[in-house]
Amino acid sequence: MGWVWFHRFGSPPYFYRLSKRMVPWFAWSALVLCVVGLIDGLVFAPPDFRQGDGYRIIFVHVPAALLSLQVYVVMAASAAIGLIWRMKVAHAVAASCATLGASFTVVALGTGMLWGKPMWGTYWAWDPRLTSELLLLFLYLGYMGLRSGFDDTARADRASAVLAIVGVVNVPIIHYSVVWWNSLHQGSTLIGAGGVAVPSMWVPLVIMIAAFELYFIALLLIRTRGEILRRERNAHWIGEALGGPPVDFSQSGPPASPASPSVAPPPALGSYGGASGHPAAQHPAAQRG
Amino acid sequence: MIHFLQMGGYATYIWPAFALAFIVMGLNIVWARRSLHMAQTEARRRMLSARPRPQPPRDFPGLRP
Repeated sequence: MGWVWFHRFGSPPYFYRLSKRMVPWFAWSALVLCVVGLIDGLVFAPPDFRQGDGYRIIFVHVPAALLSLQVYVVMAASAAIGLIWRMKVAHAVAASCATLGASFTVVALGTGMLWGKPMWGTYWAWDPRLTSELLLLFLYLGYMGLRSGFDDTARADRASAVLAIVGVVNVPIIHYSVVWWNSLHQGSTLIGAGGVAVPSMWVPLVIMIAAFELYFIALLLIRTRGEILRRERNAHWIGEALGGPPVDFSQSGPPASPASPSVAPPPALGSYGGASGHPAAQHPAAQRG
Repeated sequence: MIHFLQMGGYATYIWPAFALAFIVMGLNIVWARRSLHMAQTEARRRMLSARPRPQPPRDFPGLRP
């Protein structure tokens, strides 16, 4: 009985309307938190006793890396829900996650490289953490490539869902790579011995993580709305959702050509019975009057 | 201010890292909004073409004797 609220999210019109209302809240909250986190992290947080000011890259690197993993889990979970329960919205969410996840992975890799040069002396090393994160980027790209390879949306959903579910095995590998193997990369930034210790460092980091999470949710909702519109293009609720009357696409024919003689524009009332060229003027009853 | 921008000698790494992050995030916003806008435009176009069109008059029963 408690799952009724959850099942509503499976309804495309409900999801479309709810997400429209929610996007501004998530977007503006993300912006405010991002500004606060940046000011706190770049201005007020003290330098690290070993890395100096170079550690400040973590205020964008850690949220991006965290999101790159989380987005993949969300994508795989949505794909599994769509595959098992055939929920259209779940497939739309999974499809919308891929671009966002790939961009977070690019940011995590790019900012990590920029942090690695002054700290490790090299931009790139074939370290387990870096290599598995690069593999994650290829998984995202493969997912997007596979989707675009199909014209049929349903087949694209099924094939890409299988790839997303199989690829989720890489997520724990990335997370535990610094534990399982000898790695240049430090341990968990927030939890454990390798993490930041003082509140003046981890508070801005937590604020930036929250900002990135809200930003992701806002963009996911925007992308999913577009995806739903494309998938539900023949649904009658689309008209209402776009501010017009409901449209029954099943009753409509192909769009009329302007030169088509079979469809005439509605004549003005004053032209009936007059000496116009309209066929109505040729009707015997009209000529009688 | 100069001291802040120099970031203790790490400016050449810190500012490009932040720039990369925010450029990608900005592009994501543009792409997502454009994707939604295109989907809405397409849906409106389909909606307009699907509206029932007026049929040509066949007869005028009201004018019959």
